[in-house]
Amino acid sequence: MTITNDADPRTPLLSVQDLNVRFPTEDGLVHAVRGVDYELHSGEVLGIVGESGSGKSVTSLAVMGLLPGSARVTGSVKYRGQELLGLSDRAMSRVRGKGVSMIFQDPMTSLDPVYRVGFQIEETLRVHDPKLSSKAAEARAADLLALVGIPNAAERVRSYPHEFSGGMRQRVVIAIAMANQPDVIIADEPTTALDVTVQAQILEVLQTALSETGAAMVMITHDLGVVAGIADRVLVMYAGRPVEVGGVEDIYYEPRMPYTLGLLGSLPRLDASTKQRLTPIKGSPPSVVNMPPGCPFAPRCPLHVAECDAVEPELVEVGHGHAAACIRIDEVRKAEGDAATVFEDSSDDATLTTEPAPATPQEETAR
Amino acid sequence: MTATREPILSVRGLEKHFPIKGGGLIKRTVGAVRAVDGLDLDLYPGEVLGLVGESGCGKSTTGRAILNLQPATGGSVVFQGRDIVGLGRKEMRPLRRDIQIVFQDPYASLNPRLPVFDIVAEPLIIHGLTKDEAELRERVRTLVETVGLNPEHTNRYPAEFSGGQRQRIGIARALALEPKVLVLDEPVSALDVSIQAGVINLLEDLKERLGLSYLFIAHDLSVVRHISDRVAVMYLGKIIEVAPRDVLFEAPTHPYTQALLSAIPLPDPRLERSRQRIIITGDVPSPANPPSGCRFRTRCQKFANQLDDTQREKCMTVEPPLESRGTDHQSACHYAEALKVL
Repeated sequence: MTITNDADPRTPLLSVQDLNVRFPTEDGLVHAVRGVDYELHSGEVLGIVGESGSGKSVTSLAVMGLLPGSARVTGSVKYRGQELLGLSDRAMSRVRGKGVSMIFQDPMTSLDPVYRVGFQIEETLRVHDPKLSSKAAEARAADLLALVGIPNAAERVRSYPHEFSGGMRQRVVIAIAMANQPDVIIADEPTTALDVTVQAQILEVLQTALSETGAAMVMITHDLGVVAGIADRVLVMYAGRPVEVGGVEDIYYEPRMPYTLGLLGSLPRLDASTKQRLTPIKGSPPSVVNMPPGCPFAPRCPLHVAECDAVEPELVEVGHGHAAACIRIDEVRKAEGDAATVFEDSSDDATLTTEPAPATPQEETAR
Repeated sequence: MTATREPILSVRGLEKHFPIKGGGLIKRTVGAVRAVDGLDLDLYPGEVLGLVGESGCGKSTTGRAILNLQPATGGSVVFQGRDIVGLGRKEMRPLRRDIQIVFQDPYASLNPRLPVFDIVAEPLIIHGLTKDEAELRERVRTLVETVGLNPEHTNRYPAEFSGGQRQRIGIARALALEPKVLVLDEPVSALDVSIQAGVINLLEDLKERLGLSYLFIAHDLSVVRHISDRVAVMYLGKIIEVAPRDVLFEAPTHPYTQALLSAIPLPDPRLERSRQRIIITGDVPSPANPPSGCRFRTRCQKFANQLDDTQREKCMTVEPPLESRGTDHQSACHYAEALKVL
């Protein structure tokens, strides 16, 4: 199912290049997204993972043109070759929902509480097809609700959002997102607000939505388990930038960026019977206000050397369709995916984010 | 193994019902949310008991009722040979030295206006455990070091610390009185994974070093498997299965436990794509009006697909009790069968 860049000669459905988002604040300019590039081809699922504050949600809001007016967005977002950045809201509305649609995290707030769910689905249909009769729209809304697994769909179109549980509301949101057969669905943490048994249901519905519409998907999540199941390619974000991108198996079995390795090592495993100690990553992610030069992960990195602080490393190819932004890729390769050989399992966390990190042993030997 | 030992904490038939008031001028009680509805559990010295369940199953309420922070409406909580249900604040105070709690949200559970020193020192002052200022300083310093923070930072305010560090401050505060039991209410679920791992390692170290017992309440089964010795699974206010960790994860017998384990995505693409999932339908019913008989039957895949009508009749009318399925392993299902789902 994996489609790599060179195997697909057509233009990508969605192409994001050098996307930057800055928010002016009292503390200075917050550079939330610092140069994101990705391409999405038809039928592909791209997983974007990262911790809170890594810029993964802001990236997708920028693609959809949903950021507040104060945000400064630069770079390029092309949908089927058409530039989306700088489009008027009216022009953008023709793309939203039809070309690119979005599923938001919290189904409690992404539906309008004062309109019936059927009306909200019909609205999406009518915006893109003004000639659609109200009868046809209602029938289509009921079909969509049935498709996403809502029992008694013909009657539930007349329900209000508060009459549904969280999982059912998220199904309604998915129905709205797939109503116009979009080419791309961006799902921003679609299951984070849900319990695991409901999450499993929603992930099934998403698979249905993809096979039903043939859409490609960008799946944004912090849950590495969800991505392992659904994504073809994975983009790992840290401090507003992609630090590793590759096929899903490359990322999980042969990570090349120390951050990815550390992230996988810090996950407790449901399927591990032995009590293996976790390998936490020391410290916390940097603040994106006034970033120092050099690799943003350097202060937390066990492989940190003096050169890491000089310039921020670019993504370099480390395998077929697999790139990592690190100058110590060879050391990471030696770890063979075992975080414990690189990261310490110390449980201390003594450095405040406002202070420079103490020198690591490797750093001292490098000097 | 555990049968010969005396539990340090023993809960029997614990109930916590919240009244539902009607509308209108006179707020009459028209019903009750049965958040915890007849719950039994034992915590043995030096053990970590994981308490898991989905949101609304009553796991946090159980933790609070055990500490008498929200008085139970029925049942008993015997801690060190004394029933604490119904005890007043004054009578609880000496017991609080031995049983402490760490809350979920490190942003809400620390007073933002107090420096870290005062936060950690407060329990020591309230219980009058230090003779003089110098001893207090020394104790706070030791506590802060114990949880892996820099003792020079105790004059700072919580806002200057990251989420993981704040959770450590909460742990230091809970440890100040040298308790025997810690109730950990979702201690890592508000943290990012890379930071969560450090706090889990800390909790493991502390347990070994200080000989603590944990009641570890969480919804994340991966974390629970990592840290627990035994695991209890809750559904709608009741425990439906309890077993030693590896037994519960390798051979669960209750259909809900099986579905829960099967629903969790594994961070391993090949494994994750080759798994057979048990997907249960619907959502958790309201605890104000739980189903008759077995509470899980409305979502049970076994009830829906494998049982015949006479067997279903039993599920609908008779509430299954917790029955033994082997050493230390109990589950509440009429048709319990071990099934490997991982």
